[in-house]
Amino acid sequence: MKISLKLYRYNPEIDKKSRYETYQLEADPTDRILDILEFVKGYIDGTLSFRRSCAHGVCGSDAMRINGQNRLACKTLLRDLHGNKVTVEPIMGLRVIKDLIVDMDPFFENFRTVLPYLINDEPAPKTERLQSPEDRERFDDTTKCILCACCTTSCPSFWANDEYLGPAAFVNAHRFIFDSRDRAADERLKILSAQNGVYRCHTVFNCTLACPREIEITKAIGEVKRAISTGSLK
Amino acid sequence: MQTHIFDVIVVGAGGAGLMAALYASKTASTAVISKLYPTRSHTGAAQGGVGAALGNLEEDYPEWHTFDTVKGSDYLGDQDAIEFMCQEAVDAVYELEHYGLPFSRTPEGKIDQRPFGGHTNNVTGKPVRRACFAADRTGHMILQTLYQQCIKNHVNFYDEFQVIDLLIVNGAAAGVVALELSTSELHVFHAKSVVFATGGHGRIWEVTSNAYAYSGDGASVALRRGLPLEDMEFFQFHPTGIYKLGILITEGVRGEGGILFNDKGERFMEKYAPKVKDLASRDVVSRAMYTEMREGRGIGGKNFFYLDVRPEVVNRYAALDGRKRPDGSPYIVTADEIISKLPDIADFCRVYLGVDPVTQPMPVQPTAHYTMGGIPTNKYGEVVIDDQNTVLPGFYAAGEVACVSVHGANRLGTNSLLDLITFGKHAGLRAAEFSRGATLQPLPKDAADFALAQLNQLKNSAGSERVADISREMKSVMFDHVGIFRTADGMKTALEKVRELRQRHQHIKITDQGKVFNTDLINAWELGNLLQLAELITVCAINRTESRGAHARDDYPKRDDANWMKHTLAWEKDGNIRLGYKPVAITKYQPKERVY
Ligand SMILES: Cc1cc2nc3c(=O)[nH]c(=O)nc-3n(C[C@H](O)[C@H](O)[C@H](O)COP(=O)(O)OP(=O)(O)OC[C@H]3O[C@@H](n4cnc5c(N)ncnc54)[C@H](O)[C@@H]3O)c2cc1C
Ligand code: FES
Repeated sequence: MKISLKLYRYNPEIDKKSRYETYQLEADPTDRILDILEFVKGYIDGTLSFRRSCAHGVCGSDAMRINGQNRLACKTLLRDLHGNKVTVEPIMGLRVIKDLIVDMDPFFENFRTVLPYLINDEPAPKTERLQSPEDRERFDDTTKCILCACCTTSCPSFWANDEYLGPAAFVNAHRFIFDSRDRAADERLKILSAQNGVYRCHTVFNCTLACPREIEITKAIGEVKRAISTGSLK
Repeated sequence: MQTHIFDVIVVGAGGAGLMAALYASKTASTAVISKLYPTRSHTGAAQGGVGAALGNLEEDYPEWHTFDTVKGSDYLGDQDAIEFMCQEAVDAVYELEHYGLPFSRTPEGKIDQRPFGGHTNNVTGKPVRRACFAADRTGHMILQTLYQQCIKNHVNFYDEFQVIDLLIVNGAAAGVVALELSTSELHVFHAKSVVFATGGHGRIWEVTSNAYAYSGDGASVALRRGLPLEDMEFFQFHPTGIYKLGILITEGVRGEGGILFNDKGERFMEKYAPKVKDLASRDVVSRAMYTEMREGRGIGGKNFFYLDVRPEVVNRYAALDGRKRPDGSPYIVTADEIISKLPDIADFCRVYLGVDPVTQPMPVQPTAHYTMGGIPTNKYGEVVIDDQNTVLPGFYAAGEVACVSVHGANRLGTNSLLDLITFGKHAGLRAAEFSRGATLQPLPKDAADFALAQLNQLKNSAGSERVADISREMKSVMFDHVGIFRTADGMKTALEKVRELRQRHQHIKITDQGKVFNTDLINAWELGNLLQLAELITVCAINRTESRGAHARDDYPKRDDANWMKHTLAWEKDGNIRLGYKPVAITKYQPKERVY
């Protein structure tokens, strides 16, 4: 099918301002948006820059705004867009470095703030720590996060203030807070209840809609809020 | 140009690199350099599980794991190293659990395990549950967990720095030269020990499960510095990639009871591996599929098959096989159970195929998957450079880029993740230990020159060749002729073509002349690595006139232990490839015919 592809372009060494460029292309409905970007880079304009690696939605490299929604370019097929107009822009709220590449450092900085690692100083047994399937299930959903930033950069609170920790950081905090093996829930809940924490979340649901891993982010944030207000992890 | 000094430099932030960094950083100043953000590494794509004889669900022993791995390797694996890995496996998996890895659990709360190809009860020959898993995202959980531990332990990272060259001074490793992708500035990392953990080169082939980043950088950089590569003719094709796309459908699907069917609706693996059937070793299943295809029994005469995990099909064949649950009751599954054990697979099928795997079978074909060959090391991760296993002081390699060799001619599923955590750890330990007794080698004045020359050659070539064209042509000829079945004629065709492509690569046109994320230039440099390795692989494959593991030749269909029970070593100098050999370490298991 024929498509009209509109791409956000910005080369800091040449452009004063960002601009858009439109390409008329022949593509297949089952093409990934990533395949189409590769085609443009390979055959039309070698300077087009974007990140990618796995090409099947598990590494989190290629979060972009595709027709106004945050998605992974490799996990979005042309046919999913129901039309032949495609607009691709960088995710919002992070500084654009070049074309579709943004500065991810503030995002990872926020992630590190929530102590995203298991904390348990009790001596470990010789074999595994036991955990019932039910206890394991309690935080299953939030273990799926690939840190692509689709959620955080779809959030109006983050656009307004990039020190707002954002949904991805909350998801990763949730993953440990509700892990029966972890012992630092209180410490994390304190961080999350501070100024840039969960109370800036206005339950807009953008994050949940944006998540390519279909994590129920708003629900997870709700559970964190409840844990803070009740002081209980039940 | 900036210079940085560390005791230990780890190149690569996948499972092997992070494990090395965690261990090295306990006692030595350590930095990790990675062209990708660590969590983007390909370890995150691993699905099915990590192998360890925990025996959580049924009787199992490291000795059985050892034998299965030796047999899986078609006897080309070094048995001392294999035994070491399988013995270490149990504690290594517990260590991951202690780090916080969210394994799936048995009803008693232990780590859950599932069957995988080639892993057997050595008494009955039946599949054994040895793959420790976290749903179908085990690699994702390993990568996340190790990265979390690195954050906890304040490991230094240089993210989005691409290593272009390795420095060797006075016969010892002295550091690396890396390009900072956001600025194109070259940095010299001066170090006492260097660990390479850069992954494989599966992007050489057209249909592949491998990430774009799998461009063989580490192996190619070492080769250019005069070091040999080992057993490069052995590359694994995984039987079940999504038709045309190559995206992997884990062997775990067959572990959970999925069955492969041909166009006549036959469970064809019964013919090729009467005992373990669909759970035979990967090389065996991929070859069976090719044979079926050649004989016209691909689906609709095409080159794909159906992998069927619909509950009614799983249950019917499980009953026929007499498969039991651990408590002795018959193995019966529901659609919900299948989805809960394989959620990502279900998601891939829906997104990329528009198919729901519990109501429709999945179209699959063999896909390029795993690099068995690589930088030769001993079982401590020390790089060895000749047939005497002479160590190159200060240089280590681990993970898919290395060849220990524990996978020999064919890797068993779940043994790569195991390889990462075992040899990553030991490489890190050794690297730190070595750095304690060593002094920095002096840096040459022109330390960055070779890296710069490579990049400038590409940037300044006045040609009109395109990366996209050369890459497409390489993938296609390699998939056709240096794939699952090989012949001398086909491989010679491929060799000629790849040599032509290497010439053309000298005349590539780089449109992007900027410094900020010049991925145009990087893609071209990576393609050079792939071409270099493609040529070497083809030369090694033509040379080995037998069939063993993943290297299957129509013109030499039998394994030939008398002449070929040996590893290949290959060097490239001034464009010429030289081959040598080294013996296989055989301890307990004398080579036998391999039947499943
Ligand atoms: C789809 C899929 C499923 C799999 N499933 C399983 C499974 O179930 N069980 C199993 O045991 N194995 C599995 N494997 C195999 C296994 O996942 C890989 O072999 C393994 O993860 C490789 O890990 P690594 O640490 O060697 O490399 P990677 O995780 O790929 O890391 C390589 C690192 O090197 C860096 N790097 C590369 N080149 C450079 C350079 N020039 N400069 C700087 N940095 C560089 C990258 O940025 C990256 O951080 C699977 C593989 C695939 C593709
Ligand atoms: S390229 Fe890995 S998520 Fe898209």
